[in-house]
Amino acid sequence: MATTGIDAPGRAKIAAKTLRTDRWWVQPLFTFLALTAFVVYSTWRVFMNKYYYSDPYISLFYSPCLAGSCVPGAQFAGAPITWWAFSPALLIAWIPLAFRFTCYYYRKAYFRSFWLSPPACAVAEPHGSYSGETKLPLILNNVHRYALYLGLVLNVILTWDAILAFRNPDGSWGHVGLGTLILTLNAFCLWMYSLSCHSCRNAVGGRITHFSKHPVRYQMWTFISKLNTHHMRWAWVSLSTVVIADFYVYLAASGAISGSWV
Amino acid sequence: MTDLERHSYDVVVIGAGGAGLRAAIEARLQGKTVAIVCKSLFGKAHTVMAEGGIAAAMGNVNPKDNWQVHFRDTMRGGKFLNSWRMAELHAKEAPQRVWELETYGALFDRTPDGKISQRNFGGHEYPRLAHVGDRSGLELIRTLQQKIVSLQQEDFRETGDYESKIKIFAEVTVTRLLVNDGRIAGAYAYYRETGDFVLFEAPAVVLATGGIGKTFKVTSASWEYTGDGHALAMRAGATTLNMEFIQFHPTGMVWPLSVKGILVTESVRGDGGILTNSEGKRFMFDYIPDVFKAQYATTPEEGDRWYTDPENNRRPPELLPRDEVARAINSEVKAGRGTPHGGVYLDVSSRLPADVIRKKLPSMWHQFKELADVDITQEPMEVGPTCHYVMGGVEVDPDTEQTRLPGLFAAGEVSGGMHGSNRLGGNSLSDLLVFGRRAGLGAAIYVDGLAGSRPSVTDEMVADAEEEALAAFHVEGGENPYTIHADLQQTMNDLVGIIRTESEMREALDRLEGFKERVRRASVQGGRAFNPGWHLALDLKNMLLVSEAIARSALERQESRGGHTRDDYPVMSPEWRQLNIVSRTEGDGVAIYRQPLDPMREDLLELFDVDELKKYMTEAELPKGEHS
Amino acid sequence: MTYKAKLRVWRGDDESGDLKNYEVDVNEGEVVLDIVHRLQATQAPDLAVRWNCKAGKCGSCSAEVNGKPRLMCMTRMNTFTEDEVITITPMRTFPVIRDLVTDVSYNYAKARMVPAFAPPADLEPGDYRMAQVDVERSQEFRKCIECFLCNNVCHVMRDHEDNKASFSGPRFLMRIAELDMHPLDTVDRRQTAVEDHGLGYCNITKCCTEVCPEHIHITDNALIPLKERVADRKYDPLFSVASLFRKGKEKRAAAPATPKG
Repeated sequence: MATTGIDAPGRAKIAAKTLRTDRWWVQPLFTFLALTAFVVYSTWRVFMNKYYYSDPYISLFYSPCLAGSCVPGAQFAGAPITWWAFSPALLIAWIPLAFRFTCYYYRKAYFRSFWLSPPACAVAEPHGSYSGETKLPLILNNVHRYALYLGLVLNVILTWDAILAFRNPDGSWGHVGLGTLILTLNAFCLWMYSLSCHSCRNAVGGRITHFSKHPVRYQMWTFISKLNTHHMRWAWVSLSTVVIADFYVYLAASGAISGSWV
Repeated sequence: MTDLERHSYDVVVIGAGGAGLRAAIEARLQGKTVAIVCKSLFGKAHTVMAEGGIAAAMGNVNPKDNWQVHFRDTMRGGKFLNSWRMAELHAKEAPQRVWELETYGALFDRTPDGKISQRNFGGHEYPRLAHVGDRSGLELIRTLQQKIVSLQQEDFRETGDYESKIKIFAEVTVTRLLVNDGRIAGAYAYYRETGDFVLFEAPAVVLATGGIGKTFKVTSASWEYTGDGHALAMRAGATTLNMEFIQFHPTGMVWPLSVKGILVTESVRGDGGILTNSEGKRFMFDYIPDVFKAQYATTPEEGDRWYTDPENNRRPPELLPRDEVARAINSEVKAGRGTPHGGVYLDVSSRLPADVIRKKLPSMWHQFKELADVDITQEPMEVGPTCHYVMGGVEVDPDTEQTRLPGLFAAGEVSGGMHGSNRLGGNSLSDLLVFGRRAGLGAAIYVDGLAGSRPSVTDEMVADAEEEALAAFHVEGGENPYTIHADLQQTMNDLVGIIRTESEMREALDRLEGFKERVRRASVQGGRAFNPGWHLALDLKNMLLVSEAIARSALERQESRGGHTRDDYPVMSPEWRQLNIVSRTEGDGVAIYRQPLDPMREDLLELFDVDELKKYMTEAELPKGEHS
Repeated sequence: MTYKAKLRVWRGDDESGDLKNYEVDVNEGEVVLDIVHRLQATQAPDLAVRWNCKAGKCGSCSAEVNGKPRLMCMTRMNTFTEDEVITITPMRTFPVIRDLVTDVSYNYAKARMVPAFAPPADLEPGDYRMAQVDVERSQEFRKCIECFLCNNVCHVMRDHEDNKASFSGPRFLMRIAELDMHPLDTVDRRQTAVEDHGLGYCNITKCCTEVCPEHIHITDNALIPLKERVADRKYDPLFSVASLFRKGKEKRAAAPATPKG
């Protein structure tokens, strides 16, 4: 028997790792499956290096498409990185990955469901020692704000992508296909997810001690605080719309779906 | 006895509520070493239960407020039986004591210009209660607790030991005060955790043990309120004053049974809540006594206007002093107009929007939601009177809080006099601060005055105290202390409760004689380590002594006043107003005697209209030259 | 609607102990603490249980009911079915004294390590002016009743005894956040939060928030904002550069090193 944690000397001698009688394992299990599925799917798509552009839609995994190998039409700012030999998605996909990995909600989610640290409240974790976010690499979670800044830049580009999705094949405006709606919805959800972020809440006003001297920032903080209470919801909703948007572009680009409604 | 744990301090404070902590802070600031001895964990004292706020005439909301108005309100509330000197000191010093809390880190609700916000409360002419939502007591105790921690940090920087000047002995119960040659020499106590005894040698002891609520069945008090301070003081040779005055708070929860008695804050009424009976009638308008006719609205319309325009309207009678409201509810229920669970309705849901209720009364919302499954923003509460506070208490000198026993001081609910026959809401927290500080100061000055000649504790005293504390373990086949306690509470509730008559109180005194034998025969199972049965057996002795003091004093006072209502003597008598009833121990019981009040100082008397004074005082007491 | 509830109560001390079965009467509207008291009054008079106000205001009766950290006085019996076995144990993070009573002195020791409130030296009592919007954040944290359930549930200590030395738990990190957001406090507590109180150990798994009987948003409103404030200072050169141009504004002295003990 271990001698740390709930079995440490002096504590009440109770053998069970937990005495919870509810189904506490459901939530971490669900989180584990959903996040795993997402990681598998996104890895598959990021390394696929095709089917990411179907005029006027571009997959968000590949936008902005900066590599010289980008298909025509998808290229961003003249695709300046001509020497890049791998999937163009690798140039940018790390940004949303970093943003979500360091996100205060996802940290809870993966610490609980992947690391089992702890699997659920008042359920003993299996590790012998724990140093949390005091050392490398997890101390890097403190740079969440940089990921946020980069993520906001991406959001602007993805919003621009959604606007471009209102173009017809001849370049004129007015197209509205299902894809237009999906890309617009996705951009909206990503904004909601990013703006409801805890770092954003700190930056707009949380770091101020005297709200009364900064009425505008106080209002912003109040607004972001309201969004922030739903941060977990936006994390999941936007994760879903990301998959839906990308998969839709995949279907369209691979020719699996076609027609004027697309 | 050789391995008895011994400590020596300048001042021992018994009780870690508001009064005890404030006394300890003051004694420490005066350079004394202090032990704080408390039955619970540090920061759990009954003060956390206070909801409404701290009454102090700061005039932040209504600039007309000042200490004279506060003094007048306090005297009126107490029906002029208060120690006028205490009421004066209290009204004058309360603002300073509240402001001081801000320097310790307290965060009260604010006015628009950034000052401490103040709220209306029963019996207070102007908005006067500094508050934090409805958890003002928690703020008070946490602030004082954190101040003590900050003093300990200072001591650490100076001496390398956090506890070099203030040490907290949590979960320690004092069983006896040790007296040598008519002066305090120390206190004898046990650790609740281990059952081990500990001796404090100290020339000054401050009692700050709170009240006696657990002697009654329906009570807002926690288990700690067993009248320890009252009993310790009386057994050591000090006296208690006017123990018959017990405040029954008008609004306690009545359902479910397990929470019967838990307090519903007066702020519910201060913020607009109204009382109705089962017929839907707002009945308080029928219960405005003559002495208050001038200050209270006579129609619901006027009462409602007062919340927004207090200048031109009189306040609604729901905000009468607590004794009046409690009696009114009692009468309605007796007349068959009560709710299914034997209370009346207190409704705020039809008066304020739901979000305002949740903001202004968060813990009430929480309390009803979690304990009774009632959403107070949607439906009325059921409430009824609950034993809340004892106005009577240890007799003290108003300026120094020293009792009749040199070296023994008392402050807060355990002391008597300040509130007369009835306490106004909000005056309790300010009382703790004002007299807590004065008691700490008084104790420090007393210790200085002793110079080197401190009374000593003898081995005999210690042996005696130990024998007494362990007696319950030596009883074979005696009675379960829990049963005795439940019976005692029932007796007090039934016979010395909110409405009293001579025959019932004589019956109560008879039964209390029987309880003496039962308490002596209470037996305890198990060992000394954290044994609640044993703890209760010891507390029972205190409750019994206090019960007797209450019953004897109540039988003696042949009038109705404030927290003492006699069916057989229903009116207030100016002659009885001139008398305090003092209790002291005699044999294994309580003896009482009458003691005249000091006449009020002339300049204070002049703060009142003669017409008002005539309602309370005899002709001879009225200001000279003005009465016909 | 009285029935007999099946109880399993942990009885023992720091050496040994186990779960004992009891059957106790339950009446309508009662909470777990009522049942424990009835057990004490009728079958186990020496059952040790710590409690005080029985109204959810003092935070004394912290324990674990069916494995969940709870106040016994705020856990209604009708949240369980009548045939359910209800298991009551002491808090499992702190040393047990006897039965349901634990030694929570760890918390008081940590409280003493938090640098005290430090108002401006020249500000007189009575002259304090603070806007309501400026005190509201700290007021939320001051709702804390110090039941220590958050510190009990926090896996950092619950599952790792050795971390107790360097980690103060959600309760006292929240206290630091409270002081850091106090509009009249003059001390910068970010360094002590990391170095003396182990802010970095928190991996924001939010169990503290889940168990808080006062429903304080400990993680979202105290711990994460505190981590962000630390990041402002420690991990964010942009803010450091920006603050060079705003001399003196909201600038505060660092808290003196706090001795352990």
